[in-house]
Amino acid sequence: MAERSFKKEVEHLRAGTGETFTGEGILAITKALLENGVGYVGGYQGAPISHLMDVLADAEELLGELGVRFEANASEAAAAAMLSASVHYPIRGAVTFKGSVGVNVASDALANLSSSGVTGGAVVIVGEDYGEGSSIMQERSHAFAMKSQFWLMDPRPNLPSIVQSVGQSFELSEASNTPVMLMVRIRSCHVTGSFECHDNQRPALTVKNALSNPQRDWNRVVLPPMSFAHEQDKVNNRWPAAQQHIIDQKLNEFFGPDSGKIGIVCQGGMYNGVIRALQRLGLADIYGDTDIPIYCLNVTYPLVDQEFLTFAKDKKGVLIIEEGQPEFIEQGFSTMLLRSDLSVKLHGKDVFPMAGEYTGQVMLDGISAFVTQYSPNLMPGQMRAPNQPAPELPDLSQTVPIRPPGFCTGCPERPIFAALKLVQQELGEHQISADIGCHLFASLPPFDIGGATMGYGLGPASNAAFDGGGERRAISIIGDGGFWHNGLSSSIGNMVFNKADSVAVVVDNYYSAATGGQDIPSSRADNPTKSTNNPITKALSGVGVDWVRHIDHTYDVTKMRAIFHEALTTEYDGPKVIVASSECMLNRQRREKPQRNQMINDGKRMEIPRFGVDEDICTGDHACIRLSGCPSLSVKHLNDPMRDDPVASIDQSCVGCGNCGEVADAAVLCPSFYRADVVHNPGRFESRWARMSGRVIHWLQSRRQLGRLEFLEIAP
Amino acid sequence: MNAAPKLTPKQPDNQLKSIIKLAILAVGGQGGGVLTSWIEAAARSQGYITQATSVAGVAQRTGATIYYIEMAPQGGEGTAMPVFSLAPSAGDVDIMIAAEMMEAGRAILRGFVTPDRTTLIASSHRTLALSEKMTPGDGIASSDEVRAAAEIAADQLILFDMDKLAADNGSVISSALFGALAGSGALPFPRVAFEEAIQASGKGVAASLRAFGAAYTRAQSPNPEAPPSEAPPARMRASRDPSPRGPARLLSQWQALEAEARALPGAEIALLGLRRVVEFQDLAYGRDYLARLRPLAQQDRGDGTLAEAAAKHIANAMCYDDIIRVADLKTRKSRFDRIQTEMKADDKPVQLTEFFHPRGEEIISLLPAALGTWIEARPRLAAWIDRRLNKGRRIRTHRLRGFVLLYVIAGLRRTRRYSLRHQVEQAHLLNWLNLCSETLPKNYDLAVELLLCRRLIKGYSDTHVRGLSKFARILDTLPALIERDDAAQWIARLREAALQDSTGNALDGAIQTVSSFTEPPG
Repeated sequence: MAERSFKKEVEHLRAGTGETFTGEGILAITKALLENGVGYVGGYQGAPISHLMDVLADAEELLGELGVRFEANASEAAAAAMLSASVHYPIRGAVTFKGSVGVNVASDALANLSSSGVTGGAVVIVGEDYGEGSSIMQERSHAFAMKSQFWLMDPRPNLPSIVQSVGQSFELSEASNTPVMLMVRIRSCHVTGSFECHDNQRPALTVKNALSNPQRDWNRVVLPPMSFAHEQDKVNNRWPAAQQHIIDQKLNEFFGPDSGKIGIVCQGGMYNGVIRALQRLGLADIYGDTDIPIYCLNVTYPLVDQEFLTFAKDKKGVLIIEEGQPEFIEQGFSTMLLRSDLSVKLHGKDVFPMAGEYTGQVMLDGISAFVTQYSPNLMPGQMRAPNQPAPELPDLSQTVPIRPPGFCTGCPERPIFAALKLVQQELGEHQISADIGCHLFASLPPFDIGGATMGYGLGPASNAAFDGGGERRAISIIGDGGFWHNGLSSSIGNMVFNKADSVAVVVDNYYSAATGGQDIPSSRADNPTKSTNNPITKALSGVGVDWVRHIDHTYDVTKMRAIFHEALTTEYDGPKVIVASSECMLNRQRREKPQRNQMINDGKRMEIPRFGVDEDICTGDHACIRLSGCPSLSVKHLNDPMRDDPVASIDQSCVGCGNCGEVADAAVLCPSFYRADVVHNPGRFESRWARMSGRVIHWLQSRRQLGRLEFLEIAP
Repeated sequence: MNAAPKLTPKQPDNQLKSIIKLAILAVGGQGGGVLTSWIEAAARSQGYITQATSVAGVAQRTGATIYYIEMAPQGGEGTAMPVFSLAPSAGDVDIMIAAEMMEAGRAILRGFVTPDRTTLIASSHRTLALSEKMTPGDGIASSDEVRAAAEIAADQLILFDMDKLAADNGSVISSALFGALAGSGALPFPRVAFEEAIQASGKGVAASLRAFGAAYTRAQSPNPEAPPSEAPPARMRASRDPSPRGPARLLSQWQALEAEARALPGAEIALLGLRRVVEFQDLAYGRDYLARLRPLAQQDRGDGTLAEAAAKHIANAMCYDDIIRVADLKTRKSRFDRIQTEMKADDKPVQLTEFFHPRGEEIISLLPAALGTWIEARPRLAAWIDRRLNKGRRIRTHRLRGFVLLYVIAGLRRTRRYSLRHQVEQAHLLNWLNLCSETLPKNYDLAVELLLCRRLIKGYSDTHVRGLSKFARILDTLPALIERDDAAQWIARLREAALQDSTGNALDGAIQTVSSFTEPPG
């Protein structure tokens, strides 16, 4: 079950013509897919399109009613390969994943798909994870469109435009027999707004019906000589067809006056930022009516010579606003201009930075620089000569601490890395490679474990050079998500085949947790439409790993450390794999908390654990925090002039996972931690017994007090 | 091509001011999403076209998150939709909501708070970042610096502890922030529009409305940040009223000691120290304390630095952390009562588990000094004892068995003075005090710094060993420094370095610096 449920929102997907939809971008895209008669959908989760997969999963009932097949694909490659159904069959298909990393994984299938060409509309919805909030390397998915010759749509970031672009993508795909990638950025996935709905459409041909009448055409197979024909077909037929379709259907938009001395060309996704900068400069009103001609590229690949050259004609300067690097669009237009006889000057990465997000300030500065160059008198007076000096502010850059992401309260991965840190204190530092997933947070303080990540499911594979062994064995980390995505073959299979004398740790938290808690084959949940409960250990032995250790309670730090110790010191020189399983606490709490409250209300006996710290015993060294980093474990100043350093303190959000006590024990820290289990609805005997021992304890306490002075204990 | 520009210079569109730009900076898990949807709902109900967006990504796991909302009144031009931005721009934010003090600082740092337009609504409570918590010493960032900056940067500032206000009203911070937003008057909507948004969301409505109302009122008061409470901090109060309870015979002895302590320079701290050592051992130990403190305190030059440093650190050194003390603190009635309250258990049974991991040497150190020394001189025997004893023990102190075990250990207090540990601690203490006394006539400030270095020794097992070693290494630099006028500053610097990290890298560097100018060039 995913972290966020869209069950309620999914009902809005049934809205028909005449109704208005108000909500998030992701839901709008889903609605648009249904309105456009999509026949099958799939994808692989990852920010910022994780919720699109969650919405589709929650909408499975509705999808079923419409005859739409939904697959939660094993990886982006699997998702892209599914689009193969649109090669021979006139069925519209859509898959979604994140860019650029998902596109990397999918690129093999996408390249083959693009070579074969499609009959039914094939659309990849890519959530471009770039700029603020991104969790991956900063690259552009744009390059893939150029190398494989598929088309790239980049709609303006408002709900009506995004919804419209879904239909346009299918039409463009069908008109040019080419897959289309529809790109949405982080913020447009989460942007809210409204659009007018249309009725949902059943696919003209469902995938189920298609099986009754199988199709094949060997001309579509990527083998010589057809592959050479495909390349010619791409440039001679599909490309011009796409360009013509873009012109005919007015997919790109023009704003502002028909002519002018200067003009701006922007990616659709940049449009709102461009208008905001123009608004701030007094060159556009709040509705976006502007005095500067704008050519808005809702299709960023292929570029259309005819449109651009017409736009550029008569202008002295044209500014290309294109986020990210390198500047593919600017280069494309440069070639067009060089081949033409126009004398217009092109600007772009000369006034804009080559790398990084085009934030509001970057946009304002870049456009100001461009306009100033050609028409300084257009600039508002205050920009030309600001008469109000900015106020002097104290510098907070040394004060405000950074807040990198970390493990959640009670995360079962914390004790794994605490144990690994302890084992390294004993055996020395090891070569450790990390993977993609929540466990990558271990590479940050306080654990500082793992120095590189090469991709999803590639943790053990990225240690391959060290598989031959040495004085200290190499260790690699892989999550259960990465394990099923790619790791079983690329990492574990690789270890087995090469007789790796190294250690891999599979962090099994029952979900694809970092992407929002989606189910995967080894999830423990009962999922009515997916096959779960396939143990990782079984897969390991199936692929040929003989040395497997499984711990099903990661919070046992002492045992965890012993297993690490064994794996690192054993005589056995083949691949050693540790499977460390405990449920993701975020999901576990979401699942158990309502049940627990219900049971307490029903009068059933229930122990609720929480940890605490005895302030007078804690000495304020914070060694416990250096082995934890739990959000609920913090420090606080005591109002006691006798104490200099803040002491550890555990707040209400503690879920009683046990890590604090385990670590204090395993690392021989201080005895200031205690666990308090409050017993709700205790049995009658239990209550009586507790009262009795309480009385004896109280008597002993009073007795001791007789012989000494008692100072009032005062809460700080 | 050469035509004169068709356009005339303009000022930014006046209508542009009708777009209200609101940003929210929060820590993951603070309910920024709920707050955003409330604001959207309130704005839409007032006929505003509204757009919200957010950046979550991995930031949802304890990192900083940002939400952004733009809204404008529905125009008269029919269907024309305003073009909104998807991200806040520096210098272009009307309302900045920060759900935590350092997030307010971050908002200022990013330029989202400017004096010409921004209403800053921030909660003054702290959610500490990991870097602040990890430091072995005190790494907590200064809220005062952020407050000072906020007062300059914001046009209107509403700053108070909204987390506490929300908790006091049984709700979470999002409802308090929403109330403060409504109360600030920064949005042109009536109070009822905000309340309806909460009601429509249908979850925990009553508590949310309570917190909303309290924050609304607070935001409208002329000085929302109430002055610090008049009552002095609890433990300070204790120093003014340290009178303990107990048998009359002991009380009268205490009063005599108390009078002695009050007569010393730095009496406030001396009293706290006295209380600490008497609590740790007994009144005779308190007498020892005053005897050690007096000669140093009396040489104070009048500002109390020497007397207070001595009072504090002699007491802390005398109250070393041994198992007896831990067992004593863990078995007190006041502790049981405190836990019952903290866990909000009312009269429900609470089961207590303590996590002990005594090592052989800690047990051996409790033995009579002669026996302990005898064993320690036989490493094989000591190792055998360690193997027997050194393991984690979960002691369940709500049960008689566990309680009595700790109770008996706590009772060893009577024989503590004869233990090996006591002997070792005494020797260490005396060495240190002698060093301080010898230094005092030569360099007063240096003596104070040496007293303060005792802060480094704290904790149990490895932590304790590490502290001892840092302390010793700093003292080792003394012969090289003692003739220098700036010796005191150098010792202070070394101490600060020692508190920066657990590995001692910072201290290594600082010591290297010291030796670079103290060692003869060779």
